Amino acid sequence: MLNKSVIKIIFICLIATVFFLIESAECRTEYDYIDINNPFIRKIPIAVPVFKSISGSGGEKFLSQEASNLLSKSLEFTGYFKIIDRDAYLVDPEKLDIIVSNINFKNWTGIGAELLITGSLFLKDNIIEMELRLYDTFKGLLIVGKRYKGVVNNQRKMIHRFCGEVIYKLTGNRGIFDSKIAFVSTSSRNKNIYLCEFDGRNPEQLTYNKSIVLSPAWSSDAKWIAYTSYAKGKPDLYIKHLKDKHGAIVAKKGINITPAWVPGKFSLAATLSFSGNSEIYLLTGTGKIIKKLTNNWGIDVSPTFSPDGDKMAFVSNRSGSPQIYIMDLDSGQVKRLTFQGRYNTCPNWSPRGDKIAYSGMGNGQINIYTIDVDGESPALQLTHDAGNNESPTWSPDGSLIAFSSTREGPCRIYVMTAYGTDQRCLLALPGEQTDPEWSPRVIDN
Amino acid sequence: MKKKLWIWLSLLLVIPGFLIVTSCAKKAVKPDITQEDEAAKLAAEKAKQEEIARQRALDEKRRQLDEKRLKEEAAMRKIIAARNLFMNEDIYFDFDRSDLKPETQKILKGKAKWLRNNFGESVIIEGHCDERGTNEYNLALGDRRAQSAKNFLIDLGIAESRLTTISYGEERPADPRHNEDAWSKNRRDHFVLE
Repeated sequence: MLNKSVIKIIFICLIATVFFLIESAECRTEYDYIDINNPFIRKIPIAVPVFKSISGSGGEKFLSQEASNLLSKSLEFTGYFKIIDRDAYLVDPEKLDIIVSNINFKNWTGIGAELLITGSLFLKDNIIEMELRLYDTFKGLLIVGKRYKGVVNNQRKMIHRFCGEVIYKLTGNRGIFDSKIAFVSTSSRNKNIYLCEFDGRNPEQLTYNKSIVLSPAWSSDAKWIAYTSYAKGKPDLYIKHLKDKHGAIVAKKGINITPAWVPGKFSLAATLSFSGNSEIYLLTGTGKIIKKLTNNWGIDVSPTFSPDGDKMAFVSNRSGSPQIYIMDLDSGQVKRLTFQGRYNTCPNWSPRGDKIAYSGMGNGQINIYTIDVDGESPALQLTHDAGNNESPTWSPDGSLIAFSSTREGPCRIYVMTAYGTDQRCLLALPGEQTDPEWSPRVIDN
Repeated sequence: MKKKLWIWLSLLLVIPGFLIVTSCAKKAVKPDITQEDEAAKLAAEKAKQEEIARQRALDEKRRQLDEKRLKEEAAMRKIIAARNLFMNEDIYFDFDRSDLKPETQKILKGKAKWLRNNFGESVIIEGHCDERGTNEYNLALGDRRAQSAKNFLIDLGIAESRLTTISYGEERPADPRHNEDAWSKNRRDHFVLE
């Protein structure tokens, strides 16, 4: 009890002590470092030397190593950076200077580093204090500097918070570092929902069903998750509060599947077939039907909302094969979006609003594509000749896409940039992993 | 003529004589037992006959029972076979389709007949898909496949209240292999009696 409140106080201290260090006037020219809309983005070479240990104790040195490695890895994960090998450094790591007035930036521009992050770490009584600074090496400028203080266990959180600052200064977007990914895994023999951090770390099991659980969907405040479960023998919709575990069940006859939350609202769309035909309905967060959104003889499934909540994309086979359609929710008008290929499903609307990612089948293979929502230009194929690739889901800043793939045999979760580069496995658990769903930014979970 | 008479006379005298001698002799040995023995023998004979008759009746009854049982068993086997056929005979679909092919409709007519003869039975129609295509869409497609069979059975006069549908999408393949042979077996409706 006491312990818990102490941790709470320390955590509050951590947040409270995060403040801006010196910030020069010139670094108001933010966001022009990385143009997130450029598909041919050049990776920025960045140097992240091991943080300076203030007291030089063994424990401190170990934590400095760990923290600086985590910082490089987390930044590398975004796909924006090329991390410069520490063996190439011209500066003796023991004599590393961390403050702008002492840094000889030529040592860093000389090895091609355009950005430099320096850090210092001080450990006392299980509390760490870190000062982290991001520099533009060519301009010799401090872009952002922050100080963090907290218990050792919160080191990961502190580093990720600084990563968020870095990305915010460079792109104008807070990034992905406090987001999570929900997915389905058969690690427990049955299909259950698991959660992990944005980089695949710390996976934890969320549901403990002995049946099948599918299609997790985050509410936009990341406090609720909706999913389909066969716990009662048929596919029903479960709406659950992540912390309190309370919620609602939609268990009408037929299927109750593919939930998608309306951005900024405690309501969601889902496919129900109690009428004898699968249609998409708008539901309250407590599972009551607000209205029927689709009305068609064909299959209507897999809704996904535009970030402003004005439009909904979904899959329908009303033209004879599954294709993606966009509905204007005000007028009810429906427009077909995909015309390439005979099987396009799993739409996911980008948080930036301009694109929809989906799975398309061609030549017996399922691949991930993105398409502009105006439908003016042809779709862009992001995966090629690498098993079946399904269920794309955008990171909350729209820079990355997670998806499931059978490229290495068993189905696993992979991540790539929004332009299809840097494809890598997110995590490998026993069994198979499917249905990834990236959370919005998780502020307080 | 006289000669014949004599013969007849002597016969008349001699035969009874014999008879007297023999009967006297027997009487002399066991005069009392003879009658009882005769009665016992008769009784034994009667009992034996009765026993045989009883056995025969029993055999007959047993035979009839056996016959009845065999008949019943055969009938039961037929009922069970019909029931098993109802449950084990899946109907199959083309890729990304949920319409009923002519041969499928024939199978469903058989199932409707069975349901009419077994009006106490309710059925769960499971809709399944092959692993190709995506999970979410396949859940909806499996639902539609189950609905197709349900609607067809309703049109054939089966009460809707006896028919429930469950879609399993691609979650429960009948054949786990990854080829067209397996896929064609997995695109199915399976029928389970409640």
